[in-house]
Amino acid sequence: MTVDQIIFLVIAAGTLIAAFRVVTTGNLIHAAFWLIAALFGVAAIFAILHASFLAVVQVVVYIGAISMLFIFAVMLTRKDMRDQGPQLNRNWGFGAFLAALAFAGLVFLVHGWSGVAKTASAFPSDFDAVGALGNALVSPDAYVLPFEVASVLLVAALIGAVYVAYNRK
Amino acid sequence: MVPLSWYLIFSAALFSIGLFGVLSRRNLIAILLGIELMLNSVNVNLAAFWRYGDVTNITGQVFAVIVFAVAAAEVSVGLALVISVYRKRNTVIADEIDMLKF
Repeated sequence: MTVDQIIFLVIAAGTLIAAFRVVTTGNLIHAAFWLIAALFGVAAIFAILHASFLAVVQVVVYIGAISMLFIFAVMLTRKDMRDQGPQLNRNWGFGAFLAALAFAGLVFLVHGWSGVAKTASAFPSDFDAVGALGNALVSPDAYVLPFEVASVLLVAALIGAVYVAYNRK
Repeated sequence: MVPLSWYLIFSAALFSIGLFGVLSRRNLIAILLGIELMLNSVNVNLAAFWRYGDVTNITGQVFAVIVFAVAAAEVSVGLALVISVYRKRNTVIADEIDMLKF
């Protein structure tokens, strides 16, 4: 086992433990903090994969913005956060069964696929992935249209969020 | 070098944990936390396929960036709905929000 593999296994195990705590912890504010830990683990996975832009965006957007939004929402709905009553609904056994089934199915598909044995070629040292990504996002013969549509979607969602949460009193 | 299957199995596990959270939690905010985990596992898959395929073809990362934008939109609308429902019904428990039921 090489150093790469050990680092990957440690990060993956930490991320999965944090993710498991997210869905089982009773106190929601703790669940939000465990989510931050899980998101950091995923950012580390991006860094291992040489996806440096995604790793930075993961930290800035997910941990910096989305997690804070979750913590604000938890605090605004504080009254129902009392650790009373069950945190899981009556059908949680069925939910666990479905999740296990989904995991088993995905693992089965991965093992049945011939491309899974593929190894990564060495990362080309003269290739600027961030620059290529930036060019692809604004180039008319690449992804400028999906990029613009995504920005319009974001604006529409934010205006909708303000409208939905607006207090008319 | 880490094999591709490890990334795929890791993201499958993350997806299943998120799915369990979505199906089993009673609190609306906890359900949204599960959805975030599922979206993240998809991004891990996209980045892994980009790295193990042709690195100069940046499509996988573009897809992941779009998923980031959609996740931000989804969570902002979702939390706005949660806060709006909390104002009207004074609860964030999914079982108790049954205005659409007769």
